[in-house]
Amino acid sequence: MADIRRQKIALVGNPNSGKSSLFNYLTGLNQKVGNFPGVTVDKRSGSSTFLDGSSFELIDLPGIYSIYPRSLDERIVSEILLDHKSPTCPDKIVVIADATNLKRNLLLLTQIIDIGLPTILALNMMDLVAKAGISYDLISLSKKLGIPVVPINARRGVGLDELKKVIHQASSKPSQVIFKIWDEAGDAVKELRQQLNVDNDYEAYQFLEQPQTLKFLTQGEQNEVNSVRTRHKFFPGKFQGAEAIQRYSFIQDLLNEVTLKPANLTWKKNSANLDHVLTHKVWGYLIFFVILFLVFQSIFAWAKLPMDFIDGMFADLSGYLQKKLPEGPLSNLLTEGIIPGIGGIMIFIPQIAILFAFISILEETGYMARVVFLMDKIMRKFGLNGKSVVPLMSGVACAIPAIMATRTIDNWKERTITIMVTPLMSCSARLPVFAILIALIVPDQKAFGFFNLQGLALMGLYLLGFVAALGSAWIMNQIIKIKERSYLIMEMPTYRWPKWSNVGLTILEKTKAFVFEAGKIILAISIILWVLAAYGPGNEMAQARNTILAQSKGLQLSDQQIENKIASYKLEHSYAGIIGKGIEPVIKPIGYDWKIGIALITSFAAREVFVGTMATIYSIGKVDESAVEGQATIKNRLKEEMNPETGGPRFTPAVGFSLLVFYTFAMQCMSTIAVVYRETKGWKWPAIQFVYMTGLAYLSAFIVFNLLS
Amino acid sequence: MKPGEVGIIAGFTDEHLSVKLMEMGCLPGSAVIFNFKAPFGDPICISVSGYELSLRLEEANTISILN
Repeated sequence: MADIRRQKIALVGNPNSGKSSLFNYLTGLNQKVGNFPGVTVDKRSGSSTFLDGSSFELIDLPGIYSIYPRSLDERIVSEILLDHKSPTCPDKIVVIADATNLKRNLLLLTQIIDIGLPTILALNMMDLVAKAGISYDLISLSKKLGIPVVPINARRGVGLDELKKVIHQASSKPSQVIFKIWDEAGDAVKELRQQLNVDNDYEAYQFLEQPQTLKFLTQGEQNEVNSVRTRHKFFPGKFQGAEAIQRYSFIQDLLNEVTLKPANLTWKKNSANLDHVLTHKVWGYLIFFVILFLVFQSIFAWAKLPMDFIDGMFADLSGYLQKKLPEGPLSNLLTEGIIPGIGGIMIFIPQIAILFAFISILEETGYMARVVFLMDKIMRKFGLNGKSVVPLMSGVACAIPAIMATRTIDNWKERTITIMVTPLMSCSARLPVFAILIALIVPDQKAFGFFNLQGLALMGLYLLGFVAALGSAWIMNQIIKIKERSYLIMEMPTYRWPKWSNVGLTILEKTKAFVFEAGKIILAISIILWVLAAYGPGNEMAQARNTILAQSKGLQLSDQQIENKIASYKLEHSYAGIIGKGIEPVIKPIGYDWKIGIALITSFAAREVFVGTMATIYSIGKVDESAVEGQATIKNRLKEEMNPETGGPRFTPAVGFSLLVFYTFAMQCMSTIAVVYRETKGWKWPAIQFVYMTGLAYLSAFIVFNLLS
Repeated sequence: MKPGEVGIIAGFTDEHLSVKLMEMGCLPGSAVIFNFKAPFGDPICISVSGYELSLRLEEANTISILN
């Protein structure tokens, strides 16, 4: 069969225009998340098929209002659409527009048309258009724009076959140019087009307007652009305002001609009424905090059952294989290293899924914009942006996507501060650490009849992280002195019901990212750790049995006690024990021993590794009958651990709370450091962040431990 | 302007912001409705070009209104 290159279709549109719905509808489960070359914005692409069965690639570009980027996130759109010589350049562009708000949505469309690639307009939300009583003459709209126009309803999938057909057929470039380049700029554009062999006027005009954005321009081309700019006294931004006015005047004329019936203004009444309540000075905040509380309670309560199930399942599997497989180092690796490691990854899926279900619903309904609206005034005081609420809230799930989400903040200072404090928000990787420690030291009882004490303790830790984040932001706002203007200017989308398949796909995407990206680090570290804990330098490991037997002569110990002693002796002399002991003097003042020390070191890679390390260390530390045969859960093991100095339990409330506070503040995450390095383009900020967070953690843990013990 | 009032945009006092505001549909000559304020009086929500837009007071103050 002849190898026909798949068509590449780019999906472009305003935020809230239903772009994700359309993308999800067309690609379904055939989507993947990758990276755009050179930047960290997620590239969502997927494949779909035309009606004749041939497949095409659909690329979902970040939502934008205009081709002039307002944030780093938006740059990638201009880069992809303007680089016509690149193999990544799309063959066709589908612009999706909210038909209830056509005027503003068409601004972007007119810019895209002028870029000169085959363009199709998908008019979305036609159901709401009907509800609003609007009526357009679509044939005339298509004729006047010079491109095909297809009415769709992306939420219900109406009109998508027609859209596919039109995308398949469309081949001609738009038949007209909407923006007439000014005479003053005309010569510069003409000269640049000749010099760099640019496809059309508007493309060349964009090169002149924003060369620093367009990373694909070579140094030589940049120089050429600069010299043309100097020669013609062309400076960026000179014409942008006038361009917007010219485009809008075209759009207004167009809409006057094609609008058969305007909106009857009453259809948004429900949304407006909702806003009266949801942005109310009392009800607004009350509802917001009730929602946050609901999220935390449900993560803790709803996730418990599936988590217990997963925990038990992996313990059973480990125990079963230990009995069935022949003894040897490979069997040990499987049953003590690999299987518990995988179990330690899988157990977090329920919590991550529930959390992202909530976040996705808040975004889908349009409530997230109201959260920003409610919080902006407060956040601004801390040098944050109202938009910082979204990264901070996402930071509750994981700091890595959250820090990447700060790209929507245009202001450098607000963005940097948001990046710096986001890892203080309690992420899902802390949850397993918190969950195990809380279950260990906080009784499973109810306060006031219905509040679960463990749930309250968890919420307290989340609040602590939140307060620390705001406090650090406030201090950084005082320290970092850079004058860059911050602004909000944000659309308040009409409220609507969430589209559940979008919620589902978000959950899937986030869970996958966790399992495959965080998961492989967790698994690798679990195995390395197991090796570190199972082997040691010199003869001491091999001689462990003889040494203990010699020591125990005449002590009347049972076989079981001797086995325990041997195991703990081995651990103490393993590589891990040696490292842990090395840092013991440093961590003793905050209440930790060398076993916790090992866990602290390994969990620099990722906080959740703390749990895996504890599991590995203690399962090796006490090889007893029940651990092999029974349900060997981590919690019970920790509970049994004794402190040899006091004879009491190792995990007293003082140690437990000291650990909880330490993990709330400490930068125990290699991936976060890496992502901050990438986002701030240097080691300066990650280094500052690491030092201040670890310092804060150590100091707070010291205070807590000494107050409680 | 007070919540509930309607005005006509005359122009802008800040060149840098004006481009962004115009891209978002705040055009000279178009009508703008002041819908409501956030609980602390800032930011505010307006209707312009057929949709709802929120902006800070200091941003809204760069828009001159024709009376």
